[in-house]
Amino acid sequence: MAPKVGVVTFPGSLDDHDALRAVRIAGAEPVPLWHASDDLRGVDAVILPGGFSYGDYLRCGAISRFSPVMGSVITAANAGMPVLGVCNGFQILCEAHLLPGALIRNHVRTFVCVDQRLRVESTGTAWTSDYSAGQEITIVLKNGEGGYVADEDTLDRLEGEGRVVVRYLGDNPNGSFRDIAGIANERGNVVGLMPHPEHNVDPLTGPGTDGVPFFSSVANFLSARV
Amino acid sequence: MARVVVDVMPKPEILDPQGKAVTGALGRLGFTGLSVRQGKRFELEVEGEVTEDRLADIRRAAETLLANTVIETFDVRVEQPAEAGA
Repeated sequence: MAPKVGVVTFPGSLDDHDALRAVRIAGAEPVPLWHASDDLRGVDAVILPGGFSYGDYLRCGAISRFSPVMGSVITAANAGMPVLGVCNGFQILCEAHLLPGALIRNHVRTFVCVDQRLRVESTGTAWTSDYSAGQEITIVLKNGEGGYVADEDTLDRLEGEGRVVVRYLGDNPNGSFRDIAGIANERGNVVGLMPHPEHNVDPLTGPGTDGVPFFSSVANFLSARV
Repeated sequence: MARVVVDVMPKPEILDPQGKAVTGALGRLGFTGLSVRQGKRFELEVEGEVTEDRLADIRRAAETLLANTVIETFDVRVEQPAEAGA
């Protein structure tokens, strides 16, 4: 039986349908989840999609982080369930303290929307095992508040423990410290990144399919575990 | 009803792009020599008396939701009504 991967829809989510489609393309069963319900519907992994959940009121992700579904997601993540946060989902994971640091307004002060070159730095996570270490990929990046910040000790620890998952190549698009585009928790089951792999899964609708391994990685990870 | 004010500011070491944009605009308008950092002010109308316990509660609320202490600091104070001054 195909593993089930849930995608949460918050009020203001934009990329939930693309994420559901990416899960299907990767051979897993997509399951829609709703922010106001704490029921994870028996899923084996969860994706928090991009968008502007709760209108980005207060701070990006600050209010979503306390939604009913997130209570269940946090418990499951701490028990080892794979969780991926993309863009707004990354912001929610940081607000929920499932990942360290925070995301602030781009240093260029404008919304950025580009095909972004990235280097996959860590393949030791549930979401990146189908890449090869050091692989260079191109994935859509679109955000206004994508500057990753954390204190020096945290940054050193992330680097030292191999928890920087993807890094920006070329000019730093948003002021992220150490060109960090995505990170993982200690266990490697929780990953957050600003670029959008779910937009790069089908040659019909994107410039490439470099995003597919995020979703096939977790599908393979879950299948191997069952 | 008493009012408690919570001020939230980006930490000094955190880049403040909004403050920078405002600083630039002020300079262009001829208001020179001013450097701006932009924060947020929350006004909380509090039912009942503002006791130490109530303030501790509000500090916890500020730390939990109003501020992200990874990137922001906050300050909680009771705002005295103008007529009660002196």
